[in-house]
Order: sequence, then C-alpha cells, then structure tokens
Amino acid sequence: MFPAGARKELDVSITRKAFRSATGETRVILRDLAFTLAEGEVCALLGPSGCGKTSLLRIIAGLDKDFEGNVILPPWAKLAMVFQEPRLLPWRTVAQNLTLAGATNGPELAAIVAALGLTEHLDHFPGELSLGLARRVAIARAFAIKPDLLLLDEPFVSLDAALAMRLREELLGLVEARKVTTLIVTHDVEEAISLADRIILLSSRPAQVIADLSVTDPRRALSLAEASRLKTEIIALTSKAASRGA
Amino acid sequence: MLPRLASLLFLLVLWQLGSTLAGPHLLPAPVAVLATISSEARSGALFVNLAATLMRVIAAFTLAMALGTALGLVMGRNKTVDRLCDPWLIVLLNLPALVIIVLAYIWVGLTEAAAIGAVALNKLPNTIATMREGARALDAQLEEMAQVFAMPFWTRIRHVLLPQLAPFFAAATRSGLSLVWKIVLVVELLGRSNGVGFEIGIAFQLFNVTLLLAYALPFVGLMLAIETFLVQPVERHVSRWRPQRA
Repeated sequence: MFPAGARKELDVSITRKAFRSATGETRVILRDLAFTLAEGEVCALLGPSGCGKTSLLRIIAGLDKDFEGNVILPPWAKLAMVFQEPRLLPWRTVAQNLTLAGATNGPELAAIVAALGLTEHLDHFPGELSLGLARRVAIARAFAIKPDLLLLDEPFVSLDAALAMRLREELLGLVEARKVTTLIVTHDVEEAISLADRIILLSSRPAQVIADLSVTDPRRALSLAEASRLKTEIIALTSKAASRGA
Repeated sequence: MLPRLASLLFLLVLWQLGSTLAGPHLLPAPVAVLATISSEARSGALFVNLAATLMRVIAAFTLAMALGTALGLVMGRNKTVDRLCDPWLIVLLNLPALVIIVLAYIWVGLTEAAAIGAVALNKLPNTIATMREGARALDAQLEEMAQVFAMPFWTRIRHVLLPQLAPFFAAATRSGLSLVWKIVLVVELLGRSNGVGFEIGIAFQLFNVTLLLAYALPFVGLMLAIETFLVQPVERHVSRWRPQRA
C-alpha cells in the first residue's frame, strides 16, 4: 500500500468524532479511522452518503478541530480543496479568484485555465457562470496554487453525466501532470475506480475502514473486466459490512 | 430622469398654488424664496451657515460610522459581547434624540464637541444594529475557503470580508446621512450660534417663513447632491459584480 521510499504526505488517525444533535444526544460519526497517504498517491474515500466522509475531509483540512486523534501533515504542506459548492468570491472575476487564492500569473496558470476551458471566462464574475463552469473554476483554483495535498469533496455531484465525465478526465490529466497527493471523497463507485489508484472503503455511520484496495492497473489503461471486478468486489464488501452492522 | 423632473415641476406648481391660497406670510411663493436665497448668498451668510452645518454633519457622521461599524462587527461576531451590549443598544435606540442633545449640552456645555457628540450618539445605535446584521450574515463557507487556501490577513479583509459588508455599510450610510443632518439642525437650534439650524431658529422667532425656506431648501439640495453624486455612484461601483436585473 505504501510505496517504498515515498515520503509520507498525510497521516490520519482519528479515534472518535462526534456531533451533538439539537436534542442533546451524541452521534458518533467517525471511530478508529486510520490511514496514511504517500506523496503522489491518488486516493478515493468511498462510502455511503452521510457516512461522515465530508466531516473527515474537513478535519484533514483543518476546518474542524473538535475530534479525538491526530492528523499529521508535513509543516510545509500547501493545501487546496475543492468543496461541494464552488465557493468562489462572487465580487471578484474568475482571474482574480484564481490569483487571490495564491496562484501566480504565468504560463502554468494559463495552461491550467486552458485545460479547463476557462480562458474566455477569465474576466467574468462567478454570477455570470453556469454551475458547471463555476465548478471548473474551483478545480482550476485548487490546481493553480500548486498544492502538496489536494482535497476534493464530491466535486462532480449534481452535474450531468457527460460534463462530470469530461471534468474527471481533465482532473486526471492535471493530477498526472503534477503528481499531487490527492484525496477524493465520493459515494460513486465508478468515479472512485476511474480516478483513484487506491480506494479506501468506508462503512456507514460511524465510518470505519472496511477495506483498503489498490487499483493495480494504471488508471487510464484500466480494462473493463478489471473495472467491473473491482466494482463487484466493492459492492460485496459494502453489503457484507452493512449486514454485519445491522 | 424626465418623470422625475416632471414630478418636481408639479411640486412647484402646487407650491405656487398653495402660496396663492394661504397668502405669502404662511407660504411665500417660490420666486420670493429664490430672491431671499440669492440675497443671503450675496451677503455670504448662506455659505457660512451651510458650511458650518455641513462640517458638523461630516464630523458626526464619520464618528458614528467608525464607532458603530467597529462595535457592530464585534457584537455580530462575539455572542458574549452581543448579550452584554444588546440591552444598552436597545436603550440607546429608544432614547429620544432631544434627550441626548439636552443632556449633552448640560453635562458637557454648549460646545462644538457636545453638539457633534450628541448627533453621533443619536446615529450610533442605528449603525451598530445594521453592521451587526452584516457581521451575522457573513458567509462561513467563504471564510473556510479562505482558511484552507491560507489567504493572507489583508487579502481576507479586502477581498472576502469587506465586499460582504459593503451593502450593509451602504444602507447605514444612506439612512445615516439623512438622519444626521436632521439632528444637526436641532442641535444648532438649541445650542449653536451659526449653521442652518440656528438661522431657522431666528426665522421662527421672526415668523419669517421665507427665510426659513431660503435656508432649508439649499441644504436639502446639498444633501440630495451628495446622495446622487457621491453615495449612489460608490454603491454602484461596489455592487457591479451583481448580476444585472433585466
């Protein structure tokens, strides 16, 4: 699982994360969840909707400090995140949104912008863009700052299938060109298989690791047979965990 | 623009009609008022008094906006401070302007500082309440985005925070300007020896409606000009990112 010689980029070890609901009862959403990511690894966190994946990502991003356990990142690590919503500054143009997040103007930024088909939208305000375009700006922003760790929270949810597929391909191209350590949260098995070279399978609440699978073939050359085998395996593992939990 | 002009013209016609019906002592004709305005202008008294009032408006307005913005933001962000200060705010909001003015003159004396302070204190709770709403309405999602991307402090202030507060600041400015100048006239009437309010006091003692209107109207015109040529253009500039309404 851990390539020999590769630097550790992320070390997650969460013993417990709970929320208190309005009625006062405590709901444990994460328990005994541990994994590490090596530099350049593209990992998908796959689990049912509402299992606590987003909470986990927020803890890793440093947005939620109310949990028991540790998240260790190299002190120099530069973070970028693609949230479920684009979260662009509506009062700044697309170009300004990119540079304000920390991107430097230059050929590299222009290449990212061009790859995501945003060149002609640089002077537009986010309010003038469709949701699909705004999502692309959010992806461009995350890439443009050249992060060490890229966190993606269901970045393609609620987009039409064709656009989601195109964006996935663009994302893959960018990830491969830059070798950035990536953690993608998704509930979509096919999305996980098509993007990641490692899939961490999570159970429903409280989220625990069911399985840690590696996608052996290089992503692009993944054969249909291998993909469907993986999919079957994942579904079998998930339903086994669910029946155990019931 | 044309309907506005027509509407103003209609008002003049009504004024003239009213003057004919009520007699020149109760309501002098527009031409008579204009003559007094021009004679006061030639003597220089009009400008001296307009300038004195305008300076008081600017000083009190600036003071109330600066203090009110700071306090409002703190109260909007900090629940403890909000709980502690909210009763004071309600008292201040409901304290009649006249009470504050008279108390200020009694406690501080018939000074310029007392006059400006009393006006600022009258406007202060309104600014606090508006800016507190602004602070409460701040978008937590954008704040998280800025945090993950490690935006520098001043970038956050300038590009994330201030644009969100701008509409509230604009609202406080508009209601503030009209409120402040009306209270400044009362302060001048009660305890200053120049300014539009002082002149109106004299006109009242002499029962001279022509003089009263000759001072009141140019000042209304001046405040209208500030609103039209300063406040509105600035507001349009800061809200240019909003999608245009059809």
